[in-house]
Amino acid sequence: MTISRQDIEKVALLARIRVDDQEVTALEQDLGNILGLVDQLQAADTEATEPMAHPLDAVQRLRPDVVSESDQRAAFQAIAPATENGLYLVPRVIE
Amino acid sequence: MHNKTVAELSRDLESGQVSSVELTRHFLDRIQQQDSQYNSFITVTEEQAMAEAEAADQRRQRGDATPWTGIPFAQKDIFCTRGVRTTCGSKMLEPFVPPYNATVTQRFEDAGAVSLGKTNMDEFAMGSSTESSYFGATTNPWGERRVPGGSSGGSAAAVAARLTPAATATDTGGSIRQPAALCGITGLKPTYGRVSRYGMVAFASSLDQGGTMARTAEDNALMLNVMAGFDPRDSTSVDQPVPDYTADLAQPLNGLRIGLPKEYFTDQLSPAMADAVQSAVREYEALGASVREISLPHANLAIAAYYIIAPAECSANLSRFDGVRYGYRCKNPEDLLDLYTRTRAEGFGSEVKRRIMIGTYALSAGYYDAYYAKAQKVRRLIRQDFIDAFDDVDVIMSPTTPSPAFVQGEKTSDPVTMYLEDIFTISTNLAGLPAMSVPAGMIDGLPVGLQIIGRYFDEARLLNVAHQFQQATDWHLRTPND
Repeated sequence: MTISRQDIEKVALLARIRVDDQEVTALEQDLGNILGLVDQLQAADTEATEPMAHPLDAVQRLRPDVVSESDQRAAFQAIAPATENGLYLVPRVIE
Repeated sequence: MHNKTVAELSRDLESGQVSSVELTRHFLDRIQQQDSQYNSFITVTEEQAMAEAEAADQRRQRGDATPWTGIPFAQKDIFCTRGVRTTCGSKMLEPFVPPYNATVTQRFEDAGAVSLGKTNMDEFAMGSSTESSYFGATTNPWGERRVPGGSSGGSAAAVAARLTPAATATDTGGSIRQPAALCGITGLKPTYGRVSRYGMVAFASSLDQGGTMARTAEDNALMLNVMAGFDPRDSTSVDQPVPDYTADLAQPLNGLRIGLPKEYFTDQLSPAMADAVQSAVREYEALGASVREISLPHANLAIAAYYIIAPAECSANLSRFDGVRYGYRCKNPEDLLDLYTRTRAEGFGSEVKRRIMIGTYALSAGYYDAYYAKAQKVRRLIRQDFIDAFDDVDVIMSPTTPSPAFVQGEKTSDPVTMYLEDIFTISTNLAGLPAMSVPAGMIDGLPVGLQIIGRYFDEARLLNVAHQFQQATDWHLRTPND
């Protein structure tokens, strides 16, 4: 299994991770090796097998639709990199 | 004092032979004097520990102590601790001071245990050597330049060096059992859903499970008594009664049926490791157990399935680290995309980036069925192998690892070599089964572990099986530098 430089650049953008040329070269090798390892899966006969998402086949638990948590915005924003007037700050999105 | 078990220390506290203040001071001093050799702690909370110790001594005098009141322990730096930095071994969370406690943290706090600090780990629990921590590698107390295993390598090394009597840990593909084996201690990964994941930094949510590390099976049982139980804050927490895990430790093993998977005992297994496991099995036969060969026909596909499922889930879980709400943020972002991509490029180490990218690839349009859906189907086959095997046996045994602790740097150049370290441990995470590692021998002066796998929610039996072995052998009492 090989993975191209273009694939890696595309995946890096999807994953929101900046990579430089040198890293792309290293990732080509490493991701190629990992995909080579996982390619063994293709040999398994899974024709009659359902995908398994949870070891005990449990489904999402439901709870009554009532307020269960108190407002902790101040505590959560105290550890944010940048906030103002109760809002999280990011670089300007619209000029 | 540091050679005593949690059970012994608990009795000493109860009888007034020692105070928690004395005990806590003793372990803090050991950490201060020795941990520069091991780097097993990322954060030591000395002041807080002494205050908790004083409170614990007062609580004991009031007469409402639990077995854990005043017992020092350490927390893997993946469990959120209110007011104490929780890094997960990453630059991304270097500045993160959680405003809340993980459920596991809260349960130990409620029991009156004294937290000595936060232990080192592979970044975001992704690794098998504790070499990928942003805060430097941890060294195995059993050998200079040897890895302690990972990802819970700090917890394992700290227990082995007797810097703490016990430590919490987590296991997604072997991260409790493999370091426990390599450091010569006892570790337990419970059934998926047995211990709450709330406040435990997520890596692969359908595999992650918190668990225990200490020197004896009995101490692991005492830990699980605190940690296990339903938690409405964890959507996959299981609502099942929690037994007293110490209650059955003394049960004799007459009639115990042990299965040895033929797929694990091939000529690929080193003779020394095969010998160690065989002598342990003979010990069990002497204790009244019977042994038979079993088959796990899809065992050879476990690593491949894991290295799709775990990275896929990690790529989704770690998308939360965006430099906006908490944690690291890059300097002077030009725009929003630059903020995201540079924060993540600078904040994550190379193994974490590799796994996020593999997971993103496996989940991307056109590849989902070939990789993720396929891996989930194989996961079901692997689980079915175990269910079938447990028709005929009570526990399954194998080596925990292919070899004893390797040398630092030996497996860092090729990620796939490192992944093969977990060849015996990964399938139980995929199946969600409980499993332990118990010290079971030495190879060239380094400890090796016996893995014991049990049925769902059969932790009490695993602990019983491990405890009885420890009554008959002394591997778990060996200590480095003796």
